[in-house]
Amino acid sequence: MVTMTKRTFAALATFTVLPLAFGSLDAALAKDKVKIAFVGPLTGALSPHGIGGRNSAELAVKTMNADPKTKYEYELVVLDDECKPNIGVQVVTKIASDRSIVAAIPHYCSATAIATVDIFNRFKLPMVVWAAVLPEITYANKYPEVHRVSGILIGQNRVGAAFMKERGYKKFVSFADSTDYGKSMNKYFTEFTKENGNEILGTFAVPPDQQDLSAELTKIKELNPEVIYFGGLTPLGARLRTQMAKFGITAQFEGNSGIMGDAFINAAGPELAEGTVTFFDSPPISKMPGGKMFTDSYKAAGYTEPPEAYGPFAYIATKLVIDTIEKAGPDRAKVTAALGDVKDVPSIVGPITFDDHGQNITPLTTKYVVQDGKWTVWEDSEYAAGKRKLKNLP
Amino acid sequence: MGTIGQHLLNGMMQGTIYGLVAMGFTIFFGVMNVIKFSHGDVLTVGAFAALVAVWATSALGMPVYVQFIAAFIAAMILTAVVGAGISHFLIMPLRNAPPLNMLLMTMMVGTLLREAIRLFFPNGTNPQRFPELLPAGGFSLGRSFFRFDALILIVAGVASIGVVYWIINRTKFGLAMRAVAEDVETARTMGINFARVIPLTFALGSLTAGFAGTIYGLYYSEINYGMGLLLAVIGFTAAIVGGLGNIWGAIIGGYLFAGLQTLVVAAMPSMSDYKNVFAFVLIIVLITWRPTGLLAERGSERV
Repeated sequence: MVTMTKRTFAALATFTVLPLAFGSLDAALAKDKVKIAFVGPLTGALSPHGIGGRNSAELAVKTMNADPKTKYEYELVVLDDECKPNIGVQVVTKIASDRSIVAAIPHYCSATAIATVDIFNRFKLPMVVWAAVLPEITYANKYPEVHRVSGILIGQNRVGAAFMKERGYKKFVSFADSTDYGKSMNKYFTEFTKENGNEILGTFAVPPDQQDLSAELTKIKELNPEVIYFGGLTPLGARLRTQMAKFGITAQFEGNSGIMGDAFINAAGPELAEGTVTFFDSPPISKMPGGKMFTDSYKAAGYTEPPEAYGPFAYIATKLVIDTIEKAGPDRAKVTAALGDVKDVPSIVGPITFDDHGQNITPLTTKYVVQDGKWTVWEDSEYAAGKRKLKNLP
Repeated sequence: MGTIGQHLLNGMMQGTIYGLVAMGFTIFFGVMNVIKFSHGDVLTVGAFAALVAVWATSALGMPVYVQFIAAFIAAMILTAVVGAGISHFLIMPLRNAPPLNMLLMTMMVGTLLREAIRLFFPNGTNPQRFPELLPAGGFSLGRSFFRFDALILIVAGVASIGVVYWIINRTKFGLAMRAVAEDVETARTMGINFARVIPLTFALGSLTAGFAGTIYGLYYSEINYGMGLLLAVIGFTAAIVGGLGNIWGAIIGGYLFAGLQTLVVAAMPSMSDYKNVFAFVLIIVLITWRPTGLLAERGSERV
């Protein structure tokens, strides 16, 4: 009984005293709190991407909260999925079963995202994926809760295969990680490369945390390809590039969105990264419609870590979720319904339009090359101008 | 198949690391009948100690060879201290407990060490770049490419195995160790200071892990908090296959495992994802065929 009394007293205190104390203040302070969740890799080898995404999502929340016209005050709940499917399932189950969370902005890694989409559907929690690019995340099922602002990896591989053919390359080796993501990368790379009449000398798949690549690289050296295609993420990519050099392999290195970002150049070092080509579903931040605004406010917010390649996507995913809640109200079902109608919504990376699977169909695949330690758009690079040359050009 | 030489070199490098780890397991088991599962994580501690030593010496502007030596010394001292500590505070007091308890306990110590690195080392969850201290480059022989750093590390690893063998078989301390391994009570009546030999034995076994950890960092240019886990499983397997308690068995087991892994990739490149599966399946077959290992410990009825 004693505890009851205490609890009753506490409740009374909260409900009567607090409004008395703050009741006279401006109504803006009385905005209802709405919680949304961000999920990404905050620890582990992929954390630079996760932290860049988290900062960008936080920036969107801060910007919206600073706007006096918004109806609600937003709180970002941040969770770490470590880019591991099992951890992803745990944290998504946690947020999905917390009814106070209205929507989510999840996942950098495809292998994690593909493991959690069913949970979002089962718990009816609407979400907008900010970075993972595996096609099946949106296309394997028709879940009304699942949306994605980032592109899908099919486009990258189509553009990449055509680009490499134009340069005159004919002999490739495919090296991918053995997750769903790497398998899908290899599948579309193989499909488009063969469509272009080019040859794949060998296909390798290793777990993303494999340290020793010497046996694979020995075999690759024997196959002597003109190009090594890599379908995986930054840590393995940087390891492959480093160990390639140690084996004296001089093939051209071709990557994908998985190695896009400063983290790859930092890990491999600018000398080894030089000349690496990559295909990514967005022009550089500086060329985006709202790129300058994003870069300036990111800097002004005092973040020391770079936003990395997908930071702007985390920003627009978060902003889209908040705008939708403003319009439809903080209710999971209403937000899900409203997200289904997103068409030509302006954003800093260009208009967003979801198709009937919740997939944004507007990303622009762009070709990049590393030049002097920076990702440079191919057309603007000294490589395109003919001043520098890719490796092993026939 | 002009790359046999290359595969051989890769296998030798991995085999040397596995062999060093397996040797530690075999020393602990041979002397104390203890399976010390924290061995892989002691190796990680050694690798991180080496990294800190390189950072410190390079911050002081010391030449590269000093950094190189400092890395090995720091790693070996710290792992020797950790090993002696584990034996003094856990293994000695519990030496009459069932072996299963000991195994579980050392496993937990391993988790403790691993998590401590993850949580307390700055940015410890992320892989750390290990500076390259050995000359880059190499030479081609036929279609094989011999890296200088790999050659140096293999020589260093094999030499360290030789040194440990010499300590065990040719020194007074080694004699005391072998006496304790043979029969504790008799050794004590012969005047061997049991309470000193055991921690020293663990220090010796553990510092080989520190040595292996530094080699690992120098070869792959990257270390991380979880690297000891798979190495411990492979090292332990190698020790069992070779015959737990027999030093040469451990070395052979280490090279055998590395050889199997390399063979899978060389023969079936598209199956490289499965190389650990194949290697472990073959090891299971081997263990079934020779349960006491390829080279059984003399007087293996103790097992």
